[in-house]
Amino acid sequence: MREKVWADAKSALDGVLKDGMVIMAGGFGLCGIPEHLITAIKNSGVKDLTFISNNCGVDDFGLGILLANGQVKKMISSYVGENKLFERLYLDGKLELELNPQGTLAERIRAGGAGIGGFYTKTGVGTVVAEGKPTREFDGHTYVLETGLTADLSIIKAWKGDREGNLIYRKTARNFNPMMATAGRLVVAEVEELVDTGALDPDHIHTPGLYVDRLIVGDHFEKRIEKVITRPREGATEGAR
Amino acid sequence: MAWTREQMAARAARQIEDGFYVNLGIGIPTLVANALPEGMDVSFQSENGMLGIGPFPYEGEEDPDLINAGKQTITEIDSTSYFSSADAFAMIRGGHMDLSILGSMQVSETGDIANWTVPGKIVKGMGGAMDLVAGARKVIVLMEHVERSGAPKLLKACTLPLTGTKVVDMVITDLAVFEFEKRGGPLRLIELAPDVTLDEVKAKTEAAFEVALEKADA
Repeated sequence: MREKVWADAKSALDGVLKDGMVIMAGGFGLCGIPEHLITAIKNSGVKDLTFISNNCGVDDFGLGILLANGQVKKMISSYVGENKLFERLYLDGKLELELNPQGTLAERIRAGGAGIGGFYTKTGVGTVVAEGKPTREFDGHTYVLETGLTADLSIIKAWKGDREGNLIYRKTARNFNPMMATAGRLVVAEVEELVDTGALDPDHIHTPGLYVDRLIVGDHFEKRIEKVITRPREGATEGAR
Repeated sequence: MAWTREQMAARAARQIEDGFYVNLGIGIPTLVANALPEGMDVSFQSENGMLGIGPFPYEGEEDPDLINAGKQTITEIDSTSYFSSADAFAMIRGGHMDLSILGSMQVSETGDIANWTVPGKIVKGMGGAMDLVAGARKVIVLMEHVERSGAPKLLKACTLPLTGTKVVDMVITDLAVFEFEKRGGPLRLIELAPDVTLDEVKAKTEAAFEVALEKADA
């Protein structure tokens, strides 16, 4: 029997982490991030890491704690505007940054995991994003070639998982996690709840277990919210963005 | 008198048709959702992976697993669906979104848009803006007519790094409404805010534009 469930984040990453490795980290902002695995990476002290992640957390949470600890060499992201430390390190030349349009980043990861070497997209044509990249016309429109992305390790977060590694995400915490589950040579997932194999409805599984090598159950999720916006109780029908 | 941000949003809301799927950017575009007439069946998409955005939650009911692309807490509605960010951008890039409304720093007379970075200033990133302008069927820009310094934002050519080229269909500012006859130009002035004169708009606009003012709306 395949044993995928590990005791905790530290043991699940034991012997895996190496200086200079490329790691994909799921999440959008602070939503759906693998908090326990990030903490374990911090505690390991491994350095010169390249992270592929849509954002870089905030100063004291998410990937921001690895930045603060001097473990990150390069970020491949789409938006890093919530992190002051990031800005300072970047402007001081202590951090490399490759910015990708968000959809291009998502598709590069999807492609990498699906064995697609590259794809053409209209996104970024005529901008700095397309500089130095081949372009091609399809149906009278110009497209730019983008390459697939893979990583040495993917760390992802799901809501529920079973012992086979089948995963279900919850609401917008899904975001980049499913694609990253396919694009890491080793994939470690942390879940809020581990259920017996067979307890999840097979029709509802978002990430089939074959993609997941190791699984841990987080003991306490902080799940910090970046921007709490509420509406008054009485008679309000304010629309949200 | 120039339009307020709310009035600009209301003007943009008039471009939304019943049944539209719409993505709203951060800033003034956020106000558009509140300006829609009652009874219109419009779905808002959030590019992190959600279609059918509900109102902000009541205090105490915030869900950290449920945020919009501006990272604000939101709620779901009966029609809501969730999906991955790859699927969200397949919707956008694949031309399945009827409309994208976003803010901008500059727009050119050929419909180029620059709204993601100012060299030498804060490093933030483009997020989904490049995908949205490249993929949405219609792109409306909501922005102040001039910078705080008074410098025009509707230019012959953008001076800031571009987000996309020949992608803008309409520009709504606090002074006027412009549309592009087709993608790439020419740019036409179609409406002035109340008591704003053509001369004022000409003085505050660097881009060349045709004047095709419709009957003023009350």
